[in-house]
Amino acid sequence: MSTLVINDLRVSVETDQGTKHILKGVDLTIEQGSIHAVMGPNGSGKSTLAYTIAGHPKYHVEGGSITLDGEDVLKMTVDARARAGLFLAMQYPVEIPGVTVTNFLRTAKTAIDGEAPAIRGWSKQVKESMAALRMDSVFAERNVNEGFSGGEKKRHEILQLELLKPKFAVLDETDSGLDVDALKIVSEGVNRAHQATGLGVLLITHYTRILRYIHPDFVHVFVDGRVAEEGGPELADRLENEGYDRFLAPSSVN
Amino acid sequence: MPVDSTTEHGNRVHSDGGWDAADRFVPIQTRSGRFTAVDPADFPEVTGRESIWKLTPLPLVTALINDQLDGSTYAFEATDAAGATVEWVSRDDARIGTTGKPEEKASANAWHSFEKALAIKVTSDEHVELTVSRSALGSGARAGHTIIEAKPNSVATVVLQNSGGALLSENVEIIVGDGAHLTVISMQEWDEDAVHLSSHFATVGRDARLKHIVVSLGGKVVRVNPSTHLVEQGADAELFGLYFADAGQHLEQRVYVEHVAANTRSRVNYKGALNGDGAHTVWVGDVLIGKRAAGTDTYEQNRNLVLSEGTRADSIPNLEIETGDILGAGHASATGRFDDEQLFYLQSRGISEREARRLVVLGFLSEIVQKVDAGALRDRLALAIEVELAGVAS
Repeated sequence: MSTLVINDLRVSVETDQGTKHILKGVDLTIEQGSIHAVMGPNGSGKSTLAYTIAGHPKYHVEGGSITLDGEDVLKMTVDARARAGLFLAMQYPVEIPGVTVTNFLRTAKTAIDGEAPAIRGWSKQVKESMAALRMDSVFAERNVNEGFSGGEKKRHEILQLELLKPKFAVLDETDSGLDVDALKIVSEGVNRAHQATGLGVLLITHYTRILRYIHPDFVHVFVDGRVAEEGGPELADRLENEGYDRFLAPSSVN
Repeated sequence: MPVDSTTEHGNRVHSDGGWDAADRFVPIQTRSGRFTAVDPADFPEVTGRESIWKLTPLPLVTALINDQLDGSTYAFEATDAAGATVEWVSRDDARIGTTGKPEEKASANAWHSFEKALAIKVTSDEHVELTVSRSALGSGARAGHTIIEAKPNSVATVVLQNSGGALLSENVEIIVGDGAHLTVISMQEWDEDAVHLSSHFATVGRDARLKHIVVSLGGKVVRVNPSTHLVEQGADAELFGLYFADAGQHLEQRVYVEHVAANTRSRVNYKGALNGDGAHTVWVGDVLIGKRAAGTDTYEQNRNLVLSEGTRADSIPNLEIETGDILGAGHASATGRFDDEQLFYLQSRGISEREARRLVVLGFLSEIVQKVDAGALRDRLALAIEVELAGVAS
């Protein structure tokens, strides 16, 4: 059983206005197999947490630690983190011109496993996962994310999640921009991966809508770069009714 | 000096001078109006300031401009193909000079010097593929002249395969007969000290199609300038290029498409990668839509991917339109570095940085690779690009 531990994580980014401190001491422990929802208003640092775990060079870790089974994740390169079992489903995945989905998936699988997948079994797996995500088979021959609609990009992210079989997946606002049918399909994909591989999930979302389909064991509320409140699924229900108002700083007129 | 504030600015003579003089200098504005001649003596001394030379490393090509060139025949190999012939023909062959004339002195020097022209003729209306290879041109300055003639309604792919050493200036005439479908692929895989200046002149006949692909990978200085004239209705030209410049390499291409007849179509797409100190590429794309070329449909673009510091990519698209009654005309040019977000995305899926860079470059160039029909040549091209990529630092 693997464990991902985030301890007192402090992260900044460089902006035109200078250094901006975004995460101000985040503590979070995720056991493999459990589902954690990270909720919070815009600008609270949710996506920063996601990209810092994945190792995006834009985010500077000022202090704290991220460990996976005791191994220092922050010392790993981006690709080493993925090979260690971390996965980030991105909100805005980029296009890779001239690289087909088929080629990309096989290259990634080979990199993660350290050996090329057996051709037959692999093709079958890809086909089945695509069918389950209602992705037309022509997708396989298209270039990665090129001309994909918002919903297609999200399905493609979840397709990778199912095929690459990470230990932990961070889903960065996977629900944004999806209609209810696409949301169900994508959620089913996450649940399949969770059941099949005992995936640990860090589900980052602004809205409670996706939590109707993916049921969290724990809910963390992010406000101003810190975890402001934690609890079970009932906390999500409360947020649904009350919104984030009670967490926000009083307005400056006071 | 008092300022005359009552005279409208536009009514005064410009201070940069001479616009009203009878002997004023008026640059040639139209691409088709350029001076051409087959005798190098008709061209003035090349100074390096001429627009056609100013981006080329002149000291490395001076011999081809000014020296006497060896115009004798050379050894070549041609694959067997029924419905296609390759032979040396004399200078008085009627086809010579029918597609165009030199626009610069090195091209004229070659024209003046060649003893015999290598004539490739295709007659088959079933697709034939023919490869003509040269690999033993040596290091002496020499001239060449090639004719590629696709007879009406013929269908063929002609591959010009260049390797070994060379100090070569040459002209290649391409005649695409009515209704013919001709693909010409010129592969420059010269030794690293080779110097090659080549002007291609093509005429495309009624409802005929020319697909022209320039692949420049090897050579110290390689300049291939294809000019294509769409002279009859329904003529169609697709001009593609792929180049990969390493440290100290100069790869240049000046593409010219002239829409002469109505309802003609052209597409130009050149893609290049640059890696290493002093890697220099030049792409100039001129498109001229003539007065009679109503219904023209044209688009040209150039994309460069810069893989390291110390490189330079010149990219200059030009479009001249002499009739407004066209279907469409556009051009685009972009030169950029690796997209860090693309690398991050691939790496976040476990792919190493080196492999991620390889994928991005291959992906970038694949658009052109896929223009080569699937088969041995495309495979070999993909392999040649892999070899180039092996030199890219991770």
